[in-house]
Amino acid sequence: MAKTRPRVARRVQTLRPSGIRRFFELVERMPEAISLGIGEPDFITPWRVREAGIYSLERGHTHYTPNRGIGPLLQEIAQYLDRRFGVSYDPDTELVVTVGGSEAIDVALRTVLEPNDGVLIPQPCFVSYVPCAVLAGGRALQVSTSVEHDFQVQVDDLAEAYDEGTRALLISYPSNPTGAVMPRAGMEALVEFAADRDMLIISDEIYAELTYDGAHCSAAATPVGRQRTILVGGFSKAWAMTGWRLGFAAGPADIIEAMVKVHSYAVMCSPTTAQEAAIEALRGCDEEIDQMRREYNQRRRVMLNRLNEMGLSCFEPKGAFYAFPSVSATGLTSEQFAERLLEEEKVAVVPGTAFGPSGEGFVRCSYATSMPLIEEAMLRMAGFVSRVGG
Amino acid sequence: MEEILQLLSEDARLTDAQIAERTGISEAEAKDAVAKLEKDKVIRRYKTVIDWERAGIEHVFGFIEVRCAPERGVGFDAVAERIMEFPEVHSLYLMSGAYDFLVVIQGGNMRDVAYFVAEKLAPLDHVVGTATHFVLRRYKVDGDVMVERAQAKRLPVTP
Repeated sequence: MAKTRPRVARRVQTLRPSGIRRFFELVERMPEAISLGIGEPDFITPWRVREAGIYSLERGHTHYTPNRGIGPLLQEIAQYLDRRFGVSYDPDTELVVTVGGSEAIDVALRTVLEPNDGVLIPQPCFVSYVPCAVLAGGRALQVSTSVEHDFQVQVDDLAEAYDEGTRALLISYPSNPTGAVMPRAGMEALVEFAADRDMLIISDEIYAELTYDGAHCSAAATPVGRQRTILVGGFSKAWAMTGWRLGFAAGPADIIEAMVKVHSYAVMCSPTTAQEAAIEALRGCDEEIDQMRREYNQRRRVMLNRLNEMGLSCFEPKGAFYAFPSVSATGLTSEQFAERLLEEEKVAVVPGTAFGPSGEGFVRCSYATSMPLIEEAMLRMAGFVSRVGG
Repeated sequence: MEEILQLLSEDARLTDAQIAERTGISEAEAKDAVAKLEKDKVIRRYKTVIDWERAGIEHVFGFIEVRCAPERGVGFDAVAERIMEFPEVHSLYLMSGAYDFLVVIQGGNMRDVAYFVAEKLAPLDHVVGTATHFVLRRYKVDGDVMVERAQAKRLPVTP
């Protein structure tokens, strides 16, 4: 009999299961818990967008679209990027509509990495970056960030992790899980660092619209940055469209053309209904976005205030919808804190370690939940902290 | 200021401290701002949104279209003043189009409204015709959805 071979590739076997998964199962068994562990908006997609999706279905638009996306949406995205972030792209050659920002990250890495190429990934970071880099055949070079620098990655630390085989830098500001943003000066330093080493930048700017203090600075917003950046954006966060699975990548034509090739073999095209609805999202939702942003900002202030009051020191998160307080004053690890808080107070937060080793000592609290629930969760958390000794 | 008004329009019971925390100003500043808005009559008063049906209290809503032949030299205002004095009148609007005034009636039962129209409104000088529409069900009132709908669910923990 032939010797049985492992049925799952070693590359996949070695991927660590998401740190979120285990916690998800704990929380799932406790439906009455207040969850601050949710990485998606509590708002529902604005009605005008849902209505556009319904209309698209009514007209029977249920077929494939061109690989890179439908023309009117590509044009709207190009105009939007120009209007909001001052970066201009040719909709015919420099944009591709993807299945969420997630697919854009995956496709970007698979498009640009040679086997064993290094990818610098500041962490704590979104859970998919390291696995996607590994699955694309690359090496994930994780770079720690710290609260001393408001979780903004430092060029010195990048330089230390860099080696000759490093091909790309994968950044995300505003950041999930920390809520950190990268102001223009810092962004320019990162771009310069990459340019000096002829590296590409994959910049996940999915939370760009959710910036509360000063304007968002895109990695592509400088001439040097633009020619080496794959800018990733999407509709999930600001338009509350997570379930539609729609994002995009913008970049130099040679890279985007190659990405369209990978994208077309992987998924053919992005969902037609979602694409048609997204046109309405870009054309008619500025007011709704403003309203959501204003509300997130109010919750952000309340959460930040309460966390600091209860003795969990928290740097000011200026973007996304997360606060990332330190729990070190309690003497508990991130996991212990999250588990005990769930058990004893029925409040779910995510241990910082789910997002990388330098998340130890922190927990992620999402304020994408209603104000009354946030206030109640903060009360319970304060009780817990004072009990364990903050 | 706009943000404070928006907050209070959603929840009139917010304290100065809550307004301050949410908008990032001091409590004293919030208190002063609200006091000024009240003094300037930007905030006219604080009310409660009540679901009368749920309370089991009969509370009829009606819309009455009123056509009139306005008084020479005084126009619609004189007629409006007579109509709005009735306590049954919840709101009163001068309209363009097929009729002149829209009278919104709130409270009491159908008989009360019928009596009001027949005995008070229709006989008014200058009123030449009325058409009364009763509300059968209130779905959304002043921005508040009044019917129960299942909440969309999210996964309890997501990256």
